Amino acid sequence: MGEQKGLTIQGNMATALGAKLSRPDVIPAYPITPSTLFPEKISEYIADGELDASMIRVESEHSAMSACIGASAVGARTCTASASQGIALMHEMLFIAAGMRLPIVMAVGNRAMSAPINIWADHQDTMASRDSGWMQFYAEKNQEGLDLMILAFRIAEDERVLLPAMVGIDGFVLTHTVEGVQAPAQEDVDEFLPPYDPPHGKLDPEEPMTFGSLGTPEYYQELKYDQTKAMDNTPEIIDEIFDEFEEKFGRNYNRITPYRCEDADIILLTMGSMTGTARAAVDEMREEGEKVGLAKLTVFRPFPSDLLKEIAGDVHGLAVVDRNISPGFGGAVFAECAGAFINEKKSPLMKNFIVGLGGREIFKKNFREMYEKTKKAVETGKVEKPVEWINMDEDVMR
Amino acid sequence: MMSEDEKKELLASGHRMCAGCGEGTAMRTILNEAGPNSIATVATGCLEVTTTAFPQTAWEIPLIHAAFENAASVAAGIESALKQMDKKGETNILSFAGDGGTFDIGFQALSGMFERKHNVTHICLDNEAYMNTGIQRCSSTPYGASTTTSPKGKYSIGEDRPKKPIARIASAHDIPYAATACIGYINDLKKKVNKALEADGPAFLHVFAPCPTGWRHGSSDTIELAKLAVETGVFVLWEAEDGNICDLNVTYKPKERKPVEEYLKKQRRFAHLTEEHIEKIQKEVDEKCEEYGF
Repeated sequence: MGEQKGLTIQGNMATALGAKLSRPDVIPAYPITPSTLFPEKISEYIADGELDASMIRVESEHSAMSACIGASAVGARTCTASASQGIALMHEMLFIAAGMRLPIVMAVGNRAMSAPINIWADHQDTMASRDSGWMQFYAEKNQEGLDLMILAFRIAEDERVLLPAMVGIDGFVLTHTVEGVQAPAQEDVDEFLPPYDPPHGKLDPEEPMTFGSLGTPEYYQELKYDQTKAMDNTPEIIDEIFDEFEEKFGRNYNRITPYRCEDADIILLTMGSMTGTARAAVDEMREEGEKVGLAKLTVFRPFPSDLLKEIAGDVHGLAVVDRNISPGFGGAVFAECAGAFINEKKSPLMKNFIVGLGGREIFKKNFREMYEKTKKAVETGKVEKPVEWINMDEDVMR
Repeated sequence: MMSEDEKKELLASGHRMCAGCGEGTAMRTILNEAGPNSIATVATGCLEVTTTAFPQTAWEIPLIHAAFENAASVAAGIESALKQMDKKGETNILSFAGDGGTFDIGFQALSGMFERKHNVTHICLDNEAYMNTGIQRCSSTPYGASTTTSPKGKYSIGEDRPKKPIARIASAHDIPYAATACIGYINDLKKKVNKALEADGPAFLHVFAPCPTGWRHGSSDTIELAKLAVETGVFVLWEAEDGNICDLNVTYKPKERKPVEEYLKKQRRFAHLTEEHIEKIQKEVDEKCEEYGF
């Protein structure tokens, strides 16, 4: 095995490096803050002869995903990067990529949705793509962004999966923040990720087939069932590939990673870069004798209900921290967590906290507050406000 | 070489196009000229709906339909991928869309594909309205046509704006080849398909294809109407190389132009037009033909 190389790089460079190590053939991309450095980096790799690939400088994100679909359908390994309004613009194409079972990978610099226009971090953009049929992975730090890109290709292209995947790194907090990463050696990535060869056919004049047929009511539901079944089958495959990755590269990934959860009464559930701050808050509270744990969600789609129930099935309170909001309900992750416990005889009391929208900072004290509020609900046995917004500025509200 | 009889039709019979559909004639001609070493993208629309209903397909070449506005960008992805993987060879990349998928919603993707100089031939099958959704006006709809969203009425002549000159706009991207063609002139269409495919870079074909359902004409009148459009000067057949629209080549000049009335009277979409309206249209066609030099 080759030696891993220590680098100090921004998050976008980490996902671009993960893509480069995965040897994509075609990268159609359109710049959008905060993911722009990804296509810039890929362009540089190609210009310097470090990557043999075709970059299509498309005129929109819609065309970026459209070109990904065309390229993937002829058997090319294909990826792109986007964020926020860009993902919204390609929204319809996300469903089409998944419906055609094309293993396209997208690096996302997670960013808020307009209006008001805001270029900073939250998860609203990818949460809005929740039902598009893409797998969704979220990174806590740049190393995870790099590794998850390689993992996303490997999982997406697995014959048992064949679904597209997006890897989210939080805008600015990760995309523009310099961190140390270990870059795997090319020969090891090559071994882990063999060249893509579509197992069920491609656009090929030697063997003509039609992609993207009209699916009438006689067939549509069964075709969607098949696609959904493929997604339902992925948890085991993801676990298997995560294990293989750990064996080869020494870094451990889980769909949900528990931290100090063994004897916890209350668990905080987080996703993305806020996890580091939450971990520090949990450590502090543990020192003070509070029985609090942390669960980090890495795979949002397919949602790991099974693991969540294992980790949080016996605790008294689950505080779900959402960096997004579905107006009229609450956070998207909260909805998933609540859904996971439906029909279970035993379920923790659940509270939902909305934080960090549009790049609002998230502090340790915010996690302490969430813990206290959840603890109060557990002690009184009553959840008065299931959804609460944290770190609001009263002056701005006036 | 195969004889004509042995040659396999690349648009299989049994598709679900309306009787007398001009697109069928266009597609049969274009695909057979392009030959089996071709990959096609198609925009959402009549062509897609009538030829790809699962589990059947009328396409004997590989086809991908993604959405309405992006046939050209899907084709761009295919072309780049094949080149990158050294598999492009002699394979033709064809991008098909109707007038809606070309003039209107697909225009941005098309312009991007032209500008980036992908080796793709985009073929617009123009029947002058959104026929698949039920005859709504498009920027391709000609002045005076009654459609379901530009209906004739007490205060309405029908469509009140002229047709967008899409092939000139396409050519203005300085692409190697742009041409208009019509299913009434099959040999001219065939020649232009071959020239488009031989072009070193993007090419554009604007193919005029009457629609009995939308234009409300007899299904046996399709070819006659296609010819009349050209014989009256309503639709001009031309080609331009390297964006040279100032010096374009008119490929067919009728010896004596027929009055536009002959063309308009055969279609119920124009049935409400008064003599005054027809005179106005005639005047505009006369001016246009003068510009084209006949």
